[in-house]
Amino acid sequence: MTELINFHLIPGIVLGSIYALGAIGVSLTFGILRFANFSHGELMTLGAYFTWTIIQFVDIHPLLVLPLVMAMVAAVVVGVDQVFYKPFRKSPVIILVIASFGLMLMIRSVTQFSWGVQLKTMIPGIQKPYVLFDWLRLSPKHVMIIIAAIVLMFAIHWLLSRTKTGKAMRAMSDSPELAQLTGIDTEKTIRATWIVSGSLAAAAGVLLAVDTHVETMMGFKILLPVFAAAILGGIGRPYGAMAGGLVLGIVEEMSTYPWIGTEPLLAPGYKAGVAFAIMVGMLIWRPSGLFKGRVF
Amino acid sequence: MTVLALEGITGGYGDTEILHNVSLKVDPGEIVVIIGPNGAGKSTAMKAVFGLLHLTEGRIILDDKDITNTPPQRVVRQGVCYVPQTSNVFPNLTVQENLEMGAYVRNDDIAPRIQEMYELFPPLAEKKDQAAGTLSGGQRQMVAMGKALMLNPTILLLDEPTAGLSPKFRGEIFKVVRDINAAGTPILMVEQNAKQALHIADRGYILVDGENRLHDTGEGLLANPEVAEMFLGGRGSAEQ
Repeated sequence: MTELINFHLIPGIVLGSIYALGAIGVSLTFGILRFANFSHGELMTLGAYFTWTIIQFVDIHPLLVLPLVMAMVAAVVVGVDQVFYKPFRKSPVIILVIASFGLMLMIRSVTQFSWGVQLKTMIPGIQKPYVLFDWLRLSPKHVMIIIAAIVLMFAIHWLLSRTKTGKAMRAMSDSPELAQLTGIDTEKTIRATWIVSGSLAAAAGVLLAVDTHVETMMGFKILLPVFAAAILGGIGRPYGAMAGGLVLGIVEEMSTYPWIGTEPLLAPGYKAGVAFAIMVGMLIWRPSGLFKGRVF
Repeated sequence: MTVLALEGITGGYGDTEILHNVSLKVDPGEIVVIIGPNGAGKSTAMKAVFGLLHLTEGRIILDDKDITNTPPQRVVRQGVCYVPQTSNVFPNLTVQENLEMGAYVRNDDIAPRIQEMYELFPPLAEKKDQAAGTLSGGQRQMVAMGKALMLNPTILLLDEPTAGLSPKFRGEIFKVVRDINAAGTPILMVEQNAKQALHIADRGYILVDGENRLHDTGEGLLANPEVAEMFLGGRGSAEQ
């Protein structure tokens, strides 16, 4: 039991929180701009590299520069939208998907060119875990990641349910045509969507880098589980994306626990497959996801 | 003075021409109804006001200003509110949030106006925190109208407000339309339940194949035997 919680459940929640932050952005862009944004993973990578660069100059904890980095990535993504997506607002969806795919390759190349392809560490050294009740072991970075994720999710909840811009985002996700007829400023809402999804992607990237390390493929590697989380929660449902992310993270980590006998139920090498198994199952049996999202 | 006038508009979606030289107008305080067979371009004429159509000829005049081909968001800011026939509410937003979105272009305090809407549509007050998508058809129609009225529009456009509703709700909606009008808002309405609609209308236009066919007062059209025969489904049978 102790092992299950310390080595599977807690890392699962950590990974799940990171997936959730990424998935909210994917789900929002899908809901409001109607396309699967393949460059989302690269925004995560970008966030991690921005943070790494800053802490080389200023010796502070990476999570302290998180707000600044979120703003930086949001600025990048708003600029990208103006140049690469705005000309295609009325184009078929596939064109936007391909544009985002191209952008993914471009951002990754720029990252590799600027920072090189070697692994970098965000926090060097080994951290001693906190031990609670003699058995619960919490590593400081995990505690910080979970707290940061919770704070961000509450912020998103507040934005979507209490502010005019957030409500306009949900309205546009429901029906862009009606949003236009209602007089909602769709360009402003799209900009807000990019700011939110870009800054959350940056946060997810930084948290992932704190948990593991910084590398140029990190965003791409978690892009697919992030998509799976968005689908699991229901496309266009930010709360669904949060739930979907957590479920995927926890199930992935739990799948390597020795549930039967002494061997891991699933060899750790295969655990990434769990997300896809869930995604495929979901698409077959309940394509609208847990929270009744949009079906295409 | 005329609130809204369509002056000889011709146009459609892309290259398909749907409206041919259609003219109609709404004067202050009026309820004007557009009736006609399916595919006559009734809803299309309304969409033209909202800049959703490609117009090749004609003008649309709102309060002496030319608003031809103005994009929808700007038309709303000029005081025209439109309730489409289908998907006219945001289903995942609560009733209250739908009303708030209706007032998106306003930056002042909208709470009093929301309160007025709950007085106009009492059933909505109890359901204000419920998602609009979970409401019945009639109540959803009320949300849609309330949302459009949030701006105190200079004119309200309704596209088949009673489509798909039971006779009981239909009566309620027509009553609400009259109340809204009595409070001073001119209304342009497309309606399938032509007879009931003409009863409350000041004037009516009949469109056929994208062209003006007939134009008269509501009573005039109801009394016209040709209209009764062709568009009201014979004598008295269109009542329900």
